[in-house]
Amino acid sequence: MADVVAPPYRVIPIIPALIPGSMEGLKPFVANDKINTAIGFPGELVEDWHDKAIAKMGELLSKYRSLKVYMDACVHCGACSDKCHYFIGTQDPKNMPVARQDLMRSVYRRYFTLPGKLFPKLVGARDLTKEVLDEWYSYFHQCSECRRCSVFCPYGIDTAEVTMAAREILDSIGYGQKYSNEIIGKVHRIGNNLGLPGPALRDTLEGLEEDVKDATGVDVRFPMDVKGAEVLLITPSADFFAEPHIDSLIGYAKVFHATGTSWTLSSMASEAGNFGMFIGNYDQLRQIALRIREVALELGVKRIVVGECGHAWRVAYSFWNTLTGVGDGADETDRFAQMLQKQLDHRYKQPMHICEFTWDAIERGALQFDKSKNDKHIITFHDSCNVARGSRMGDFAGGQFEIPRNIIKTVANNFYEMAPETTCEQTFCCGGGGGLLTDDLIDLRVKGALPRMEVLQQVVDEHGVNFMATICAICKAQFTKVLPIYGFDRRLVGGVHQLVSNAIILGDK
Amino acid sequence: MVSTLFAILFYLATLMLVVGLLYRINTYARTPAPLKIPTTPAPTTQTGVVLRMAREVVFFESLFKANLWIWSMGWLFHASLALELARHLRYFTEPVWGWVALIQPFGMYAGLTMLIGLLGLWVRRLFVERIRYISTPSDHLMLVLLIGIALSGLTMTFVTHADVVGVKNFFISWMGFSSASLPADIILYFHLFGVASLMAIFPISKLLHAPGVFFSPSRNQTDNPREKRHIAKWASDLEN
Repeated sequence: MADVVAPPYRVIPIIPALIPGSMEGLKPFVANDKINTAIGFPGELVEDWHDKAIAKMGELLSKYRSLKVYMDACVHCGACSDKCHYFIGTQDPKNMPVARQDLMRSVYRRYFTLPGKLFPKLVGARDLTKEVLDEWYSYFHQCSECRRCSVFCPYGIDTAEVTMAAREILDSIGYGQKYSNEIIGKVHRIGNNLGLPGPALRDTLEGLEEDVKDATGVDVRFPMDVKGAEVLLITPSADFFAEPHIDSLIGYAKVFHATGTSWTLSSMASEAGNFGMFIGNYDQLRQIALRIREVALELGVKRIVVGECGHAWRVAYSFWNTLTGVGDGADETDRFAQMLQKQLDHRYKQPMHICEFTWDAIERGALQFDKSKNDKHIITFHDSCNVARGSRMGDFAGGQFEIPRNIIKTVANNFYEMAPETTCEQTFCCGGGGGLLTDDLIDLRVKGALPRMEVLQQVVDEHGVNFMATICAICKAQFTKVLPIYGFDRRLVGGVHQLVSNAIILGDK
Repeated sequence: MVSTLFAILFYLATLMLVVGLLYRINTYARTPAPLKIPTTPAPTTQTGVVLRMAREVVFFESLFKANLWIWSMGWLFHASLALELARHLRYFTEPVWGWVALIQPFGMYAGLTMLIGLLGLWVRRLFVERIRYISTPSDHLMLVLLIGIALSGLTMTFVTHADVVGVKNFFISWMGFSSASLPADIILYFHLFGVASLMAIFPISKLLHAPGVFFSPSRNQTDNPREKRHIAKWASDLEN
């Protein structure tokens, strides 16, 4: 990986000139037979892939209003054309959101619209050839489904929906991506994306209890599979061992300790992440989410809290109620959802983000901090795309921006914002989301991080920022990898609850 | 002869517009949206969603955030077009409604601002590298068609002064299914043929963005997934 170099910062952050074909042929590893069949996809590209793909597309068009409307509504105005971090970093015109969508729209027009059937050239319609299919595989794996384009589209066209549909079609004909599909296999087989078996997890948690005891002198517990606990914590499995993720896990445990909350992790549902969303497969999305429902019912918990993970929070906040009934407001006659909703305590939001939990405790005055413990950190906050544009926290629109910042300002003294056109709803993806956090895409990941790195450099230069807090496992892993390539210290990235952990004053409960 | 042909043309174009649009809108309305995907921050109430959609449709809020060139030219074009369409109601109603009469003086100049907007958009499409890259021949033709309609209309308003009384008589008569002749005016023919073409291709082209925007889940959904269970029929079938 020595040959991976960061693209230069833009002197003035203007829209880059096009370099057609600059990322052509980039192809993440294709899933093999074993990986695909384990999760119910054809092992390899099927003989009649053309007809199957078109049929699948027709099916998706009838099941998803988003796809149907988004295929028709685009007017090629170009509002989105300079908004994608991968376009900015690679300058490949096919990484403009509209051009990425058009890879599919051109096929849609050819097979599903009258003008495309009659005058394909006129309306830019194309047959689905093997070349087009390969192009799909390449460019629909250069989208992190971050939804930044959808903020700017006058019709709200969300390229993520198109990317998801494309990946779903590719999977249905045996042309799926190794990284995502292998991880989905692991979550079913072992319970988490990293493949940590229950006993290893228990060892890790016991080790953490000792570490925290050594560091603080307090017995902070990391319970697992405890029946009757009040809170079930669902967190990304990277929190169990990856740096800097683990420091946030310690932070959650300290918050639970200090608030006297009885809580538990689950060995079976030891993963908040849900790569079913990345591949756009409703069935996988649902099956992976259902593990949480099962564990919640089995342990009899009253509340479900989700750790620092961007896409997991989108799935939990936006989709869990639909997929599993974790939430409120199901119909009286909806027995599937009612079964769980009757068990949950609706004085609290279900599910709840750990930041909501902590902020609520802070507002109640249940937590005390020594802010000076974070004085060595000069902090900025990176909004993670799925949290920013696919979810919410608290009671009002935009709570997902305010609550993590409020927590940081409560536990630390030095906080600076990055450029406003790159934060909150306009935040840039870290460059590694949406199923692209794999070494075979490192070149893309480095280039996709460019817009974030540029504005990070600004606050580093102006304010001496040395800590970029974020609440996403993928952001943390991606930045840990690409920061050194841009000349930063890899430890510059960390979690919000890592800061909470540093400053929290533990009683001796 | 020409009059009858134009009458048939407009009957067909109207039929295609109305039937085509109803079919499309029906398809959009019947296609389920299985997941909650509003682009957040999003309104948490139904009223909030109505306001968000109104800002989107009336002011092009998202486009404003995206790019001032497209926004200003696009908004100028659409607002002028709306005014022009309203003004043209005078050719289809007798007596002319009060508010239509009121906007007449402004409507006459809306043709000019509409043309400016269209030219501004076309310049962008022709000369900005990214936009040229994503443009298909139909994108250019659509602008040519609209520019043609605007130019011919402006010519009749300010230069040749078409026989508008005759035009009005033509439409009102045929709307009541009785025949009448269209003033013989080549520019008028051009104008009307352009409009009829636009009506006919509306339901099979990118003009579907007009109804489409109202059905866009990222804009029209309420952000309340934790408070209310949202489930599509085909998805709930998986639970049994």
